[in-house]
This record gives sequence, C-alpha cells and structure tokens, in this order.
Amino acid sequence: MTKARIDARFAALKAENRAAFVAYVMAGDPDYDRGLEILKGLPAAGADLIEVGFPFSDPMAEGPPIQRAAQRALASGMTLNKTLAMIAEFRKGDQTTPIILMGYANPLVNRGFAAFAQDAAAAGADGLIVVDIPPEEADPLADALDAEGLSLLLLSTPTSDDARLKVIARRTSGFAYYVSVAGVTGVKEADAATVAPHVARVRAAGGLPVCVGFGIKTPERAEAVARVADGVVVGSALVEEIAASLAMNETVTTRVLSKVESLAKAVRLARVASPTV
Amino acid sequence: MNAPTAKPNDYAAYPDANGRFGDYGGRYVPETLMPLVHELDAAYSAAKADPAFQAELSGLLTHYVGRPSPLYLAERLTAHFGGAKIYLKREELNHTGSHKINNCIGQILLARRMGKTRIIAETGAGQHGVASATVCAKYGLPCVVYMGAVDVERQKPNVFRMNLLGARVEAVTSGSATLKDAMNEALRDWVTNVHDTYYLIGTAAGMHPYPAMVRDFQSVIGRETKAQVLEAEGRLPDAVVACVGGGSNAIGMFHPFLNDESVKLIGVEAAGEGMETGRHAAAINGGRPGVLHGNMTYLLQDPEGQITEAHSISAGLDYPGIGPEHSWLHDVGRATYLTATDLESLEAFKLLAELEGILPAIESAHAIARLGDVARDVGKDGIVVLNLSGRGDKDVATVAAHLGMAI
Ligand SMILES: Cc1ncc(COP(=O)(O)O)c(C=O)c1O
Repeated sequence: MTKARIDARFAALKAENRAAFVAYVMAGDPDYDRGLEILKGLPAAGADLIEVGFPFSDPMAEGPPIQRAAQRALASGMTLNKTLAMIAEFRKGDQTTPIILMGYANPLVNRGFAAFAQDAAAAGADGLIVVDIPPEEADPLADALDAEGLSLLLLSTPTSDDARLKVIARRTSGFAYYVSVAGVTGVKEADAATVAPHVARVRAAGGLPVCVGFGIKTPERAEAVARVADGVVVGSALVEEIAASLAMNETVTTRVLSKVESLAKAVRLARVASPTV
Repeated sequence: MNAPTAKPNDYAAYPDANGRFGDYGGRYVPETLMPLVHELDAAYSAAKADPAFQAELSGLLTHYVGRPSPLYLAERLTAHFGGAKIYLKREELNHTGSHKINNCIGQILLARRMGKTRIIAETGAGQHGVASATVCAKYGLPCVVYMGAVDVERQKPNVFRMNLLGARVEAVTSGSATLKDAMNEALRDWVTNVHDTYYLIGTAAGMHPYPAMVRDFQSVIGRETKAQVLEAEGRLPDAVVACVGGGSNAIGMFHPFLNDESVKLIGVEAAGEGMETGRHAAAINGGRPGVLHGNMTYLLQDPEGQITEAHSISAGLDYPGIGPEHSWLHDVGRATYLTATDLESLEAFKLLAELEGILPAIESAHAIARLGDVARDVGKDGIVVLNLSGRGDKDVATVAAHLGMAI
C-alpha cells in the first residue's frame, strides 16, 4: 500500500511536468512538539515528499549541521518509537505526502528489522534510507521491508559505477536517490552540469525517478538541479535554519517553512523558466 | 544474531568472503566508500599473496621496527604471583614503543602499492598516531591524524611527537571527543577524499578487510611467541593474555594459537571506574551486538541503540566497540574476556615498574592486572605469556596525577 504513495506522487508530478521538492528534517529537532509542527507544515509550504531523519549518536556521513541536529534531537529525548509516533500523528492530517525515514543501521538492528518494518508501516511511513547499509549488507533489511510493502532506497553516489548502479537498483523501489557529491552532507555544493550525466546513468540503471541530494543549499542550485533531475532534496540548509532561529530566539517553524517555500518555489519554476543548465 | 554459534573446525579460516566472523564483521559503510573498500580488499589479497610484498614487509620489520621482539622470563613477577611461569612478549621495545608499528608498516606498503598519496588515521592514546606519522615520514607522505580533544589533552607528549614527525593532528570536539569520535571524523574525511586518500585504521576493527588485514599484520606477535616459547620451554604456553581496546594486539597474539586448543586465550577489557558503575569500556562484558564504524560487533549502547561513551583511564582502550573477531571468539567460547579497573591497572603499572624495571603502557597494565589470577589458575607448572603491547613513558603524567603528584 505504502509504496503506492510514492509512485502516485511521482506520477502526479510527471503529469504536471515538474520536479519534486523533497524536504529533509530531523525528527525531534529541536523537540517533539516543534518537530511535529514543522512536519505538519511542510506539505503546505511546498514539500512534495518528506525525509524524516531518526537521530543516531555517531552519524558518520553527516557534516556539522545534521550532526548538530541529531544532537539536539537526542538531547530532547527523541527515539525511534517517538519518530514513528510523530509520523502517525502527521498521517492523521495527510494521507498523500510520502514519508521516507532516513538514518543509520544501529537503531534498526537494535529494534530488529521485522519489528521495525511492521511499526513503520503501521505509523504510515513509506520508505527507508540507511546511510551505512550498502547493497552488500542490504538483503535482510530489504526482505523485512518488502514484507510490509515499504520501499528501501539504496543510495547511488559519484563512486558507484554502472555495474553497482544495477545492483543498487535491484533492491531499490520508490525513487532512486543520487548523492551528488563524494562527501558528508552539507559541505560541498553540487553543480547541475556535473550531476546531469550521473542522473541519466542512475535513471538508465533502474528506470525509477531520480532525486538528487547532499549538496543543495540555495534556491538557485535547487532550480538548476530540478531541470536535470526528477527531484531535489534539501536537508542541511533546512536544519541550519532551525539552528539559526534557536540562536536568535525566533519562531523555529516560521523560519524553516519560509525557507522551504523559497526552495519549493524555485523547483516549481525550474521547468517553466528557460532551461539553461 | 543470538542463535548459538557452532564451534568451527578451523578457527583460523575466518572471515568469509563477505568479511564475516560468524554473525560479526561485514561492511556497513556508505555507498560512496564501498567501491574503495572493494579496491582495498582486492589490493590486500594480491599483496598478501605476493612474495615481494612479504619480503619487503619482513625486511622492514627486522631492520626498521627491530623485530623479533624478545620473549622475556619475568622471574620476580613470577615469584610475586606464585603461580605459572610468566613470560613477557616485549612489544614495547619496538620502534615507536608499541605493537601499533607492526600494522602501520604493513598498511603503508599497501597504500604505496595502491598509489595513494595522502594518509589519514585515528588515534586514542596516540600510539597509533605516532606509528602512522612515523611511517608517513619515512615514505614522505602527508599524514592527518584525528584525535579526540580529550585525548589530545591527556596524551600531550604523543601529540608533540606526531607534530615532530610532520603529521597534522586534528583535535576532534564532536561527541565524547575520544577515540570513537576520532574514527567518525576520519571516516568523514575518507568519504570526502575518496580518490587520493588511504585510511590507515589502527586496530582490528572497522569494515572488512580491516579486521582481517590488521590481524594479519599483528600476527607476527603470536608467530614469534610460539617459536620463542617452543625454543625456551619445548612446549606451548598454557595461556596468553593481552589487553583489548579495538583488539589488535590481542588478536595478533591469539591468532597463531587459535587452533591450539590447549592454549587459553585471555583478553582483558577496561572496566574503568568499575563494571557496576556503568563507566567502563568493556564492550563484551558490558555491551550488546550492534553496528558501528562499518562492522557488526559488541558495542556499548543504550536501550535505543545509541552508542554510549566509554570510560577508561587508558585512552587506547577508551572505545565503545571491539574488533568483530573477538566478538565471535567470545560467542564460540574460544577466548575469554576479563576486565580490569582503572585502579587495578595503576597498581599493575607500579608493580611491573618495581619488580621488573619496565614501565608498561597503561593499556598493557590492564592485562597485567589480571595476570596474577591467570597465573595462579594455570598453576606452578604452567606457562603464561603476557603481551606487553606498549611502553608507559606516555602515561607518566596520568599516573602521577592519580598518585596525587605533579610533575
Ligand atoms: C600500547 C597499547 N596497547 C593496546 C592498545 C589498544 O589497542 P588494541 O586493542 O588494538 O591493541 C593501544 C591503543 O592505543 C596501545 O597504545
């Protein structure tokens, strides 16, 4: 059932001839209540899909912004259970926006893959990205998610050759996620011209829509990448808004959602404006 | 993973092609690193089988490291404990003062073979950092060492040594600012600089092939020990004892004895302020299986699967995990893992200094702290070998502070 939500969303976007704007937030950043408020506000602000990070103490592929977001979330008492509770709460008001969970292996290993998959499906999640589970280690998790109709999204990266892209595609459903820079989140910036041929390779390997993430911070970049990909993921730039608003004592939700609006607008304009890649 | 693991016919035949020791090990790394991990695996397999590589390694171990390290009969220590005859395997006499150099020499040769032009490493006590900086200086390669800010503070002499050797030491302030965080930062560097950088991991942990490769390079300890005991006593020892941080000196000692089932293999984990306080670094005695830094292994973690901070007076043992082969040897019952507290280790540090005129590394002192129990357990006619993994010069300030003295 849940895979269907991702497929339906990309079918609708295709009909509108536009790329998806995918917003990443860390569950429970800065705390459960405000995190939920942000989550609930994302669709209206222009997020077509949402990635919800569940925090881990040792996020080896994150740059400082998401590392700090995870620390804030953990300090506020965030757990995997509470992350799923938050998604269930969100689902009461939104049955159409796909939610992809994103995080690291150990909280899932700790829970047990089958139990996790059941709870995640019951909460209304649609898919899962696990940064430190490459295709070589993915089968047990993919089987557990399959049993509940959840998508596993294995990451493709600049170092994945065509043979690996095929292996990745074999156990990926929903959409393909292309990590546009070799590096941690939120540090290097992706360049649309460099990304374009890789998006084409990823698309050819699996036939799924391709969303690009890890190196996009500004509306200008988002717009440029939206011309060459099926979706644009922004994470670090959003959690930095949370950090900034906390530091300046501003209302967190307003500030994050206005950033989402500006990025989503840029993505929507991308295919209307003249395509200059 | 909690199913009982069958006892294997050949303990030394692991890991399998996927880097598994039973359920442990594996390659839990981001996709960006995965092609490199395969490249490393292939390069190491080729090097391992290449007589020219082995000859170069062996020449350096002899002439640069100073191997074989002596096997020394510690008579006063033997008399003191009143049990088995105690031999010390003198890894602290190696160039740079610990067993860490055995692995660094091997990996630097591999990095050169692979055409890598930049070396990164993590370090806890600074011994691996010093050994890495040393081999990088020898081959003219730039070296960046990640070290937790807390460890930079408690191992200042080693930070200065690394700087003298031309390495850049990056103080890591994230998380608990100790070894696990240094490893996180090293992995972040690697994922960012995949094309030219070689990650020189300092212990038998991390993603495959590191646990097997580091073990192979450290196994020179156990091979020499076996030959030296046979020469001195005409028989195998009854037990070998080593401290366990990530587990490289211990697995290096254990591995050549794995199929000699009469030889007890005893690892000693750091119990910090005491197992009952929860402030320790004993992954096997106080942890559960999980995934961190590329492998499935015993880890200190909370009920939610968040990694918890390790606590130990010894920076080199202050790590919440352990190499996957040890997790497996524990589960199948081939090795036994004991613990020693900070205070017991300080006592052991003084004991070795006073009885044998040797200052042990505070890491190695953890193994000495359990040596009396093992020696008495084995009994008067027995033979026990302790792996003296490093020398204690780096620790004198820590020891002085605990004795309430300023130096
Ligand atoms: C002298 C010495 N012994 C032991 C260790 C622990 O590491 P391992 O368990 O990998 O031997 C260290 C680590 O820094 C060390 O410096």
